[in-house]
Amino acid sequence: MSYVTKSPWVIHYDGSSCNGCDIEVLACLTPMYDVERFGIINTGNPKHADVFLVTGSVNEQNKGVVKQIYEQMPEPKVVVAVGICANNGGIFRECYNIMGGVDTVIPVDVYVPGCAARPEAIIDGVVKGLGVLEEKRKALASGQLTAPAAPEESEQAEEQEAASEENGTEKVEEKEEA
Amino acid sequence: MGKRTIIPFGPQHPVLPEPVHLDLVIEDETVIEAIPSIGFIHRGLEKLVEKKEYTEMVYVIERICGICSFGHGWGYCAAVEGAMDVEVPKRAEYLRTIWHELSRLHSHLLWLGLLADAFGFESLFMHCWRVRETILDILEKTTGGRVIFSVCKVGGVRKDIDNETLKEIVDTLKGMKKDIKALTDVFLEDKSSKNRLCGVGVLSKEDAIDLGAVGPVARGSGVVQDMRLAKGHGVYDELDFEPVIEEGGDCYARCKVRIGEVFQSIELIEKAVSKIPEGPISVEVKGNVEGEFVTRLEQPRGEAYYYAKGAGTKFLERMRVRTPTNQNIPALVKTLQGCDLADVPMLVLTIDPCISCTER
Amino acid sequence: MSVQANIVPVTASDLLAKVRDLKSEGYRMGQICATKVSAGFEILYSFDKNHELLNLKLTVAEEEEVQSITSEYWSAFIYENEMHDLFGIKIKHIALDYGGHFFKVSEPTPWNPKK
Repeated sequence: MSYVTKSPWVIHYDGSSCNGCDIEVLACLTPMYDVERFGIINTGNPKHADVFLVTGSVNEQNKGVVKQIYEQMPEPKVVVAVGICANNGGIFRECYNIMGGVDTVIPVDVYVPGCAARPEAIIDGVVKGLGVLEEKRKALASGQLTAPAAPEESEQAEEQEAASEENGTEKVEEKEEA
Repeated sequence: MGKRTIIPFGPQHPVLPEPVHLDLVIEDETVIEAIPSIGFIHRGLEKLVEKKEYTEMVYVIERICGICSFGHGWGYCAAVEGAMDVEVPKRAEYLRTIWHELSRLHSHLLWLGLLADAFGFESLFMHCWRVRETILDILEKTTGGRVIFSVCKVGGVRKDIDNETLKEIVDTLKGMKKDIKALTDVFLEDKSSKNRLCGVGVLSKEDAIDLGAVGPVARGSGVVQDMRLAKGHGVYDELDFEPVIEEGGDCYARCKVRIGEVFQSIELIEKAVSKIPEGPISVEVKGNVEGEFVTRLEQPRGEAYYYAKGAGTKFLERMRVRTPTNQNIPALVKTLQGCDLADVPMLVLTIDPCISCTER
Repeated sequence: MSVQANIVPVTASDLLAKVRDLKSEGYRMGQICATKVSAGFEILYSFDKNHELLNLKLTVAEEEEVQSITSEYWSAFIYENEMHDLFGIKIKHIALDYGGHFFKVSEPTPWNPKK
């Protein structure tokens, strides 16, 4: 975890989630899981935030809200889609008022699976996102990154690797120490 | 007299855990009128009955809401069982009651935490959620899930809890009482909490009845209304159930009702464990739904309606869920009139809004 | 076909009078639910008194206008706006009429799509 030198602030928006993932996101902040030990703070102001946690899929009415929050966040920024609904619509995929995953509206960097996503998985996803954030910061500094890139298939595959990657084991060790 | 201004509140707002939107008409710092608008998380999941068989639909219905998911699954199963004349084994009804009360415990502790957060008592929020994790551990141990359980099915339940584990649950809950009491005393006795809660957002008994308020909102205004008293809802009639009623009608009364119910749920679980009979946990259900049935149950947030209608195929014709928040919005609009702008987040919270329930 | 005993049919002209009676008897409005049927719509009004359930069932043709019950039970506006937005049922004299903007859906009246 040596690359976590900053204190990333997250903003959370509930798309059309069932609350299951939302209360797990909140559970991450509370004493049992306590993401604040990584310096992560939940903020309500998009202009203060580095990481955008979205739960639930997007629909006609909230796509503008999601877009607006994303656009207000300063660069570099990372979007973490929490739960299967935010990934691709999940069980509600066939509903008439569901457009699909969050990536239909804004680019997503990390996909966290689960229904509901477990707090451990959410923390893993955010930590993974911090790696992306650092890369984006470097790219931004060197002038390589200008506009946010469109989401690509490869990112999903990357996320699947995330579960087995060392991030996960590292996190568990950290937890034991804490 | 000041100038009238309209302030949009929500859907993304620092104090709101959920996307509710209100247009607040204010004069100086006083709210004159509040106009709710919903639909941010409308999914249209009731229409999935046309694509999912009635036995599969229970998993969709459970995902109406991640906080009261067990109750939704139960309500749906009860409506279908009613339409099909299925008699559920006694042990299954006891297990459903135990899980339902555990859900109420975790929901009320969650709400207490959010309330503390809404009036700016962050450490109290953290402690409520710390205590709540113990309930989630019990739920995870007995069902396999922390928030979505999928243990209810048409005709009974999918998992049994052995008697030894049931005793362990009771011991754990008894052990938690002291911890919970220490927290709830802060809500009820602490000067700064009382300062925010007492006399704020009063809903009179007449208004509560007139506007059709349900659950702790109605009971906080002195209305004797709890679906656990109704016939055919779990095994509450065998547990000497008496609802918790408070007369005040303000935020403090609503908070007190929920705190009373936390301890009551622990007692109900103890009683249910001492009375649970041996036997099967489900019956085989054959055939399809033909006919219609309306049923109700008491969710942590209040009375919920479940309506199922089938025409003899494996897909239902119509499934309808009416959730408690839906019915409490008119009461919220009423209590917001005349309140201070700074109290709005807290008042919104005291009806314990569950927007994903409301919009389905 | 099993029919629950507490579902009572009601006609459109009797609806408001019946609802007024229930209100004066101390019933509480529980919910309103619409179902699309081949003849039009079935609307189920649920009422509760002392934990006893009573349902009124109204069957209307597709284009028929339904009288709002918000004059008796103000809180019915939520359900009536919902029925209007999701089913396209025409309801007159709603106390708080959102005019089709209560639920914002990607296609109008998803439960009764217009071809």
